[in-house]
Amino acid sequence: MRLISLTLLALVIAAIVGLGSTWMTATRGTSFGALKIGAWTARPKNGTSEVDPYSRATIARSGELPVGTGDGITFSATTDDRKRPLDGRCDVVVSGVTPAARFWTLTLYDRNGHIVANALQRYGFTSQEVVRSADGAFEIHVASRARAGNWLPTGGIERYALMLRLYDTPVGVATRTQRDAPMPAIATVGCP
Amino acid sequence: MIRMVFTIIAGVLLGGIVHFVSVLALPKIATHDAYARLTPMTKLNEVTALPLVDPTTEPMPLMDPAFAMAACRYDLARGPIKLTVPVSQAYTSVSFYTRNDVAYYAINDRSAGRRVIELDLMTEAQHAALPEDEEVTAADRLIIDSPTTTGLILLKAMAPEPGLMPQAQASLAAASCRVQTDQPSKQPDQPAAKRR
Repeated sequence: MRLISLTLLALVIAAIVGLGSTWMTATRGTSFGALKIGAWTARPKNGTSEVDPYSRATIARSGELPVGTGDGITFSATTDDRKRPLDGRCDVVVSGVTPAARFWTLTLYDRNGHIVANALQRYGFTSQEVVRSADGAFEIHVASRARAGNWLPTGGIERYALMLRLYDTPVGVATRTQRDAPMPAIATVGCP
Repeated sequence: MIRMVFTIIAGVLLGGIVHFVSVLALPKIATHDAYARLTPMTKLNEVTALPLVDPTTEPMPLMDPAFAMAACRYDLARGPIKLTVPVSQAYTSVSFYTRNDVAYYAINDRSAGRRVIELDLMTEAQHAALPEDEEVTAADRLIIDSPTTTGLILLKAMAPEPGLMPQAQASLAAASCRVQTDQPSKQPDQPAAKRR
């Protein structure tokens, strides 16, 4: 009797530990093979056949189609440069330059990967739409209320993610540092 | 007491095995992966335009709203597939995914180097069965080997400004994806013996 209850306990622990850790890695992702530049993270191998099993599980669970390597690369950020989570009620400024690419797009998603409804129907910026200063740098204001210049509305949601996608770019598996890929800075400038 | 500790250690070790098995099994058992989501809204071996990425109609999460998209869900069991995608003004790309959503190949308009991206998609067995001399005559054909018999092709055309979206959609509407049952139209005078 005691043996049975101990075996059952071991099996229950195994199920909780095993499935719980799978759930955690599939929803939050792991740092294997991740390229981190500032607040941005990319997984260059997700666009290839050599995608790691954890990323495959994440992709299968979320139902996304990763950007293929011959097409481009996706960088995502869920915090600002000071590791503070991106909050849709605050004013966040994304500024600077982007790595070499024929086109790029910056898109705002909620934490489930859906775009956020807003009256302007603006869900992101493309490299062609964004207004730049004379030196080619840009400044995008991510905020819930209208801002002058490049305004990306958050809809006031609490947590969001920014995705910067580079299309037709040399950035990829061989990229290691900020020098190869100068990513824009993300700063929270004010919270109500 | 010692038995309790042993039970917990055994449980954690077993949990590690459960973890690895479930991570490896997840792509196979996921019921809401991209392929499953696209199955009801796409036709087999045909190009189907996907709805625009919009808060109410997005077909999948994490798609780029700056793109018009179309998908071709393929099954190579009846023969290789010929894919033709006219290049749009700004940027066009074609990505290939296996049945389990692994992006095994992607190409953009510049690396295709022409006004039209033309590709032949086949299984490795079908590629190996190609007559050798045909590969020479068709040296300019791009042949892609699919690791799985079924899968997805995602066609994307960029609209760098919202006003260019109709143009991007129109260029994808002219794309075609079909099973190659007859001779390629480029070589109409080929003998019938080389039929695949």
